[in-house]
Amino acid sequence: MNGPLPTAMERLDAMIAMPGAALASAAVRLADELLAIGEAALESWVRSRGDTPTEAKSEGFRLLALHRQGARGEPSFNACRETCRELVYHRNCVLAADDAADVAKTLRLGAMVTRHLVLFIDGKLENAGLGEFCCSSRPVRQRDAAIAAAHP
Amino acid sequence: MKHQRVAYYPGCALEGTGHAYNRSTKAVGKALGLDLVELKNWNCCGAMEVKNVDPKLQTYLSARNLSIAEDMGFDTVMAPCNGCYHNLKKAEYDLANDEASREVTGRLSSKAGHKTYEAGKVETIHALDWIKDSVGEEGLKTRIKGGLKGLKIANYYGCMYTRPRHIFPEKDKGPGSESTYKPHYMDDLLAAAGAEIVEYPLKTACCGGAHTLSDSDTSTRLVLNLLTTAEACGAEVIATECPTCHTGLEMHQMRAEKVFGQKTTVKILYFTQLLGMALGLSARKVGVHENMSESQDLLYERGIV
Repeated sequence: MNGPLPTAMERLDAMIAMPGAALASAAVRLADELLAIGEAALESWVRSRGDTPTEAKSEGFRLLALHRQGARGEPSFNACRETCRELVYHRNCVLAADDAADVAKTLRLGAMVTRHLVLFIDGKLENAGLGEFCCSSRPVRQRDAAIAAAHP
Repeated sequence: MKHQRVAYYPGCALEGTGHAYNRSTKAVGKALGLDLVELKNWNCCGAMEVKNVDPKLQTYLSARNLSIAEDMGFDTVMAPCNGCYHNLKKAEYDLANDEASREVTGRLSSKAGHKTYEAGKVETIHALDWIKDSVGEEGLKTRIKGGLKGLKIANYYGCMYTRPRHIFPEKDKGPGSESTYKPHYMDDLLAAAGAEIVEYPLKTACCGGAHTLSDSDTSTRLVLNLLTTAEACGAEVIATECPTCHTGLEMHQMRAEKVFGQKTTVKILYFTQLLGMALGLSARKVGVHENMSESQDLLYERGIV
């Protein structure tokens, strides 16, 4: 990965490789850490657009508020909307689960969901057109065309 | 029966890399007693290339296909490719809401010498809607021969089946309707065919599809995460419902091993191939041998073929 989020990726890979017992014994802390990694990735995206990351919460989660902020004026960023919601869902499942094996599996999947969010944002930071064509139904070259039109 | 006989728009991909999806869709339709009538002289929906150069021209190209369906006497056209389905839906939305799109479509239609398509005349549906609405899970269960024998499947819908939400006004209408947040039609149909559906948290996550050639490493990393997560969920197979998603998963599965040295073993099959085999059709009949992902051993081992 050449982007700005390699540390997060290393941490997530390490978490995914942790034994189930180690995951289960620190479940709530690790679930919160996943949210924090997701928030940090979203903050990178928001800052890259010249904005200050919000401290507000949406539906009780800053992660979701940051996603909304990141998608404002950038509908292709909705490509990670469901990924953000899945991350919140997995965190809630960890808090609600009793069985250690379930907790470990949920945390591991939560880490994989977070990894997808980080990978997507890293891809967007390298190439802002990612998700344009499909998720916002816009031409991939729209930005290039707008720049060319503004600077003939 | 709703959608028993519909116009069929296969689109370009189903004549090329997605040929197995075309043959399995037709075979499943025949096995279920459903009629597909292919649009006469259809054209590209405008897909990637035209949309990038001139989005309104893409709207016209999709509208021409809808116009052909109307001329053939259909009020419903089925497009199994997510890209085509998305583009026809987008054209419908643009023609209903954007005067400039109506003007361009009217002008080009006159020049081409065919009737101008007007929004609201033809409904575009996906292959999932087609089977779900015509036969449904209960109807499917009565036709199953052999079934999928508990094969563990993660369903991957990709992005263009649900995004952007505003071009799919029929979705998110409560119980029974499809969801853009957590789509379930493929889950419902394959479960009815005897599969064990695993909970897959990345069913609509980005695969980097549009950048698969220009930014291959990003796509490979995203797809690799889709594959490893499916395996972590316990899936033996990822079911797809789009030729672009399908080819992307297959290609980047191979590329991930070659470039990053990370091998995954989960198999990739079209949902129509899985349904076809559950209905007693042979693997050959539904084109399993045309896939790049080698799944025959697993299917034999599980007694599905």
